[in-house]
Amino acid sequence: MRRVLGLDIGSRSVDAVWLEGTTVVDAAVADSGFDPASVAAAFVGRGDHDLIVATGYGRRVAGESFGAQVVTEIKAYAVGASALFPQAGAVLDIGGQDTKAISLLAGGRVADFEMNDKCAAGTGKFLEVMARALGFSLEEMAAHSLAATGDVQISSMCTVFAESEVTGLVHRGVDRGLIARGLHESIVRRTISTLKRVGATGPLVFAGGVARNPAMVALVRESYAGDVLVPVDAQTVGAYGAALSASNDGGL
Amino acid sequence: MSDTKVDYRKMWSELGLNLEAHDALLGAVGSLYGATYLTQENRPEGMGYLDFVMTEVHGLRIKELDDFRKAGGKVVGTFCLYVPEEIIRAAGGWCVGLCAGAEFAYDEVERIMPRNTCSLIKSFVGFKLAKVCPYMEESDLIIGETTCDGKKKAYEIFGEMHNVYVMELPQMKRDKDLAMWRSEIVDLMHKVEDLTGKKVGVESLRASIKEVNDKRRALQRIAATRAADPAPISGKDALLATQVAFYDDVPRFTQSMNALADELEKRVADGVGVAPKGAPRILITGTPMALPNWKLHDIVEKAGGVVVGEEMCTGSRYYESLVKEDGSDLDAMIDDIAEKYLDINCACFTPNQGRLDDVVRMAKDLKADGVIDYSLQYCNAYQIESEHVERACRDAGVPVLSIDTDYSMEDVGQLSTRVEAFLEMVK
Repeated sequence: MRRVLGLDIGSRSVDAVWLEGTTVVDAAVADSGFDPASVAAAFVGRGDHDLIVATGYGRRVAGESFGAQVVTEIKAYAVGASALFPQAGAVLDIGGQDTKAISLLAGGRVADFEMNDKCAAGTGKFLEVMARALGFSLEEMAAHSLAATGDVQISSMCTVFAESEVTGLVHRGVDRGLIARGLHESIVRRTISTLKRVGATGPLVFAGGVARNPAMVALVRESYAGDVLVPVDAQTVGAYGAALSASNDGGL
Repeated sequence: MSDTKVDYRKMWSELGLNLEAHDALLGAVGSLYGATYLTQENRPEGMGYLDFVMTEVHGLRIKELDDFRKAGGKVVGTFCLYVPEEIIRAAGGWCVGLCAGAEFAYDEVERIMPRNTCSLIKSFVGFKLAKVCPYMEESDLIIGETTCDGKKKAYEIFGEMHNVYVMELPQMKRDKDLAMWRSEIVDLMHKVEDLTGKKVGVESLRASIKEVNDKRRALQRIAATRAADPAPISGKDALLATQVAFYDDVPRFTQSMNALADELEKRVADGVGVAPKGAPRILITGTPMALPNWKLHDIVEKAGGVVVGEEMCTGSRYYESLVKEDGSDLDAMIDDIAEKYLDINCACFTPNQGRLDDVVRMAKDLKADGVIDYSLQYCNAYQIESEHVERACRDAGVPVLSIDTDYSMEDVGQLSTRVEAFLEMVK
C-alpha cells in the first residue's frame, strides 16, 4: 500500500506522520532549531515513503527540495481534526507562532477561518516569553496556573507590552501562579472571540503544541460553549491532515 | 529602471533629487517589477506599453513634464481621485497622481510623525523628505484633500516643504454636501487658473471632460474582459494599468489601453487566459494600492488564484463612472463634475452603503469565488468598515477574507498562508 509522509514544518517543531491508507504507522516530532529544512530532510532521509505532503511555514521549501505536495496548515488541521473526530464542528490550533480558528462543514471542509496577524500575541511563543518572565518552565507555569485561585487581569495582548505588565505585577508582589492564570486567561479570551468570529459551533478540536498545556485546555473547556476534544497526539494533527490530503494528481 | 542615462541624472540633479537615495529606490522598484511582472507567463502583448512606461517611469515621462514646464506649462500633483483632473487640464495644466506606494525613509518620517500612521501617508512624506520622487519635484502645486484625519494633518507638515493646496471633501452625500463640494471645485478652478494664467472655458472644459472620460472608457473595456473565465489578463497587470493612468500622458495612454482592450477582447473570444480555466477568482476591495504596491495581487496570483477586479481607488472607483458630456455651459459642467466625483464611495463617507453594493455587484458580475478585503494598517475608516464589508459579502453568499497589512514584506509568509487557505476554501 502507498505510504505517505506528512510533514508539518513549523516555527517551533517539525512533525512527521507516516500513513498507510488512513492508518498511522509511525510519527515523530523534532525541534525546528535554526534549520527546519534539515530537520525535515532527516525525516525524508529515512526513505520510508512513496509520497510527501508538506504543510506549515516550511511547506514551500519542502515542495522545492523534496518535490512534496503542498497544503496550507488550515486545510491540514481541518482534514486531520475531522478524521480524528468526525463529529467536529470547529478546530482551534495554537502553535508556536500562529493561532488558527477554523469552522468546519461536513466532511472536514473549511467553512471559515481566522489567523492571528503578524505578531506572536496569543501563541505558544507568547507563553514561552511569559514563562521566562515569571521564572517558570512552561510545565511549571501551567501547574501553578491550575492551582491558583483568584483573578488578575492581563490586558496587553502584545507580547512585549504584556511582558512589561507581568514584570510590573511581579514587582507589586502579586502571586506568580495568579499571574500565570491571568496570562492563560487572556489568551483564551482572545481565542474564544476568534472562534465566535468564524461561527464555530459543535464539538471543538483543540490541537497544536499549546493543546498539551493542561491549564489552557482547562480554560478553553470552561469558556467554549460545546465539547472540547483534545487529540492524544495534538501536535501531529497537522502532519496527519497533510498526509491525508495527499492527492493523486500532484496536489494544490 | 536600472537604465540611468546621463541626461536623466542631470535632470534629476537639477530637480534637487538625492541621486544616491533615488538610485536605491529605482533599483528596488526595478527588481520588484522584474520579480512581480516579468516572471508572468502568457502576458498580453499590449502590456509591452506598460513595461516601457515602467522602464521610463522616472525617465522619459519626467523629461516630458520637464519640457512642458520649460515651455511655460504647469504640473499639478494629486494624491487622491476626488481631485478632478478635468478642471486642471481645462486650465492648461497637467495632472499627475503621486504614488506613495513604497516604504522609504520611514526612520526620518517617524521623527516627525507617529509610528502608527498608515503606510501611504508615511510614504509620501518619506518621498519628500528623502528627495526621491521626481513627480513631486516637478509639481508646481500639490493638491491635498480632507479624505481622512491622517492625510489632513500630514498636509500641514507636507505644506511646510512644498506648495500645497487642500480641498475640503465633505464626509456625507446630502444635497448641502454636494453644494459645498461644488464650491470647492470652483475654488480649485480659480486656484489652478491663477497658477496657469489660463481661464477654464466652455470648450476647454468640454474637451477635457471628453478626454478623461475616454481614458476611463478604455479602462472600463479592460475591466469588462476580466469577467471571462479564463481571465485574459492577470490582476496585477490590470492593476498596473490603473496605477499608470494617474500620471501618464492622457491621449497616448488611452490609445494604448484601447489597443490592449482590443487584444483582451480577442483573447476572450478565443478562450485564451493567463490562468487555467477554473482558477479561483478573487475580487479585491479596500484601500488604494499606489505604485509600486503589488504585494497582495502577487501573493494571490503566485498562490494559483487570479484577481478579476479591484473595488478600490486604484480600480473601479477610478474608472467606473463618467462625467456627463452634454453640459451646455460652464455652470452645468461644473455641476456634472461635482456630482460624478461625489459619487465615488470612499470609506471616509458615512454612511457608505454604496461601496457595499458595489462590492457585491462586482463579485457577481465578475463571477468572483471570493472577496479579499484589504486595509492598510492604521487606516481607521477602512479597518472599521471591514465589518460591514464582511457582513455584506456573507449575506450575499460570497466568501470573504479580511487582511490588514502595510508596505513591508515581513508578513508575506503569513499572508500567503491565509490567502492559500482562502483559495483552498473557495474552490
